[in-house]
Amino acid sequence: MGKMKVNLCGIELDNPVIPASGTFGFGYEFAELYDINVLGTFSFKGTTKEARFGNPTPRIAECEGGMINAVGLQNPGVDRVISEELPKLKKCFNKKVMANVSGFSVDEYVHTCALLDKCEQVGWLEVNISCPNVHGGGMSFGTSPEAAAEVVRAVKAVTVKPVIVKLSPNVTDIVAIAKACENAGADGISLINTMLGMRIDLRTKKPVIANKMGGFSGKAIFPVALRMVYQVAHAVNLPVVGMGGVSCAEDVIEMMLAGAVAVEVGAQNLIDPYACKKIIEDLPRVMKKYGIENLNDIIGGVL
Amino acid sequence: MKQVFLTVNKNFALTDNVYKMVLTGDTSGITNCGQFVNIKLDGLFLRRPISVCDCQNNELTLVYKVVGRGTEQMSRIKEGQCLDLLVGLGNGYDCSLSGNNPLLIGGGVGVPPLYMLCKKLIDEGKTPTVILGFNTANEVFYKQEFEKLGAKVIVCTVDGSCGVRGLVTDGMANLEYSYFYTCGPEPMLKAIYRTAKTSGQFSFEERMGCGFGACMGCSCKTITGYKRICKEGPVLCKEEILWEK
Repeated sequence: MGKMKVNLCGIELDNPVIPASGTFGFGYEFAELYDINVLGTFSFKGTTKEARFGNPTPRIAECEGGMINAVGLQNPGVDRVISEELPKLKKCFNKKVMANVSGFSVDEYVHTCALLDKCEQVGWLEVNISCPNVHGGGMSFGTSPEAAAEVVRAVKAVTVKPVIVKLSPNVTDIVAIAKACENAGADGISLINTMLGMRIDLRTKKPVIANKMGGFSGKAIFPVALRMVYQVAHAVNLPVVGMGGVSCAEDVIEMMLAGAVAVEVGAQNLIDPYACKKIIEDLPRVMKKYGIENLNDIIGGVL
Repeated sequence: MKQVFLTVNKNFALTDNVYKMVLTGDTSGITNCGQFVNIKLDGLFLRRPISVCDCQNNELTLVYKVVGRGTEQMSRIKEGQCLDLLVGLGNGYDCSLSGNNPLLIGGGVGVPPLYMLCKKLIDEGKTPTVILGFNTANEVFYKQEFEKLGAKVIVCTVDGSCGVRGLVTDGMANLEYSYFYTCGPEPMLKAIYRTAKTSGQFSFEERMGCGFGACMGCSCKTITGYKRICKEGPVLCKEEILWEK
């Protein structure tokens, strides 16, 4: 069997497959179905300083080859994540978990990251910079190189764990944002977050989503995600985690050829709760089919 | 929750737009009345959540209304086709609170989940009364099925073309009951909430992503905190409901 181990910012993963934040909760819904220790790791539900209910419902819309969600970062807040969710997770997951962090100001990112940095179960901090900056006119941190760099610098100053910055695709030049994060001290880049989308119900002539717009994800976005992973991976000297529409082992290989050292799987978990397990089990077959002995040999193989 | 592959045995129209589908296979994952299943359909990204109407001897009955692309596609499924379902989703109704003569109130396509509940209550020696609400006579379904179980059935139609003229709350007006269980459109649930004389349980509907608690797509606020309609619901007790919309 080919070698599937990869190294993400100094921590070895048994395989490159990582369920993406927001599609895997805090792991235990899936642990009822299979042993989640088969995963490389997973990125837990986006966590903020305070507890959040998120957006009004409907929050979900069907699309061709995907879905839109406007959950709005519902989470119990970092204190309860540490006191309740992580102890529960410990019972079913013995690997390092990726802590996904969001904030609505630099101070909120700093507060949440500093607390999670002290948790032994946390291996990486994945900083989601797609949230609106309440002190910056509501514009997302991830749409400006300066704002993105400011978050990264502030978070790096209070953490020792690797900081992976999760980029928004809803920008004109994603490479500029990635480079700004690299220069600010990021340890890795993950991309892409969801693409801003919208649906209208013809019967009511109103948006399907209560929040009008939401993040489009699913198979349909894979080519766009792959392109952006390729562009960023070739522009920065950091490990890149690729995601966006990944639904099978072949997609994982494509992402790695584009330059990803590990690959997150998102919306597919919601329609097939066994998706990541199946992808991991199918990887050796696909590797063999395409003559790949060791996944590390193909990372960034497409120039 | 369990993922199963069931074979469609029957799939036919009960009314102009309400269909009955009977599937066979391993239904052991369905552990309570009032739960739902989430069905994978060809060419559609998200699964479609449908409430369980009945389930026994490895036979699952779904009664669904054609309202969009998913249910329209379901209505065209032929006998013998195999479907991928996640089953045993949601909490379902708690029968232990029913008392001796509970009232079951279903509105339109909210009627089906009450069937398995009614069956269970009768098996437990209770004497349920069932109110079925529709707009008009040709929309009525499952009246005889509930009667065959031995329940007292009151049909209400808005236009008076069958049974009591008016809403389900008109049918409830002079009844005595120990507890109630309901499922139907939200305006009906709200009216029942305002007028019911006892405590009871409400089954809610929401657009869902996963249907098993992972995506937080169907959350609602309750007096006892945030709940996921798909996981801690779809059934909520009267005492915990917060009407927001």
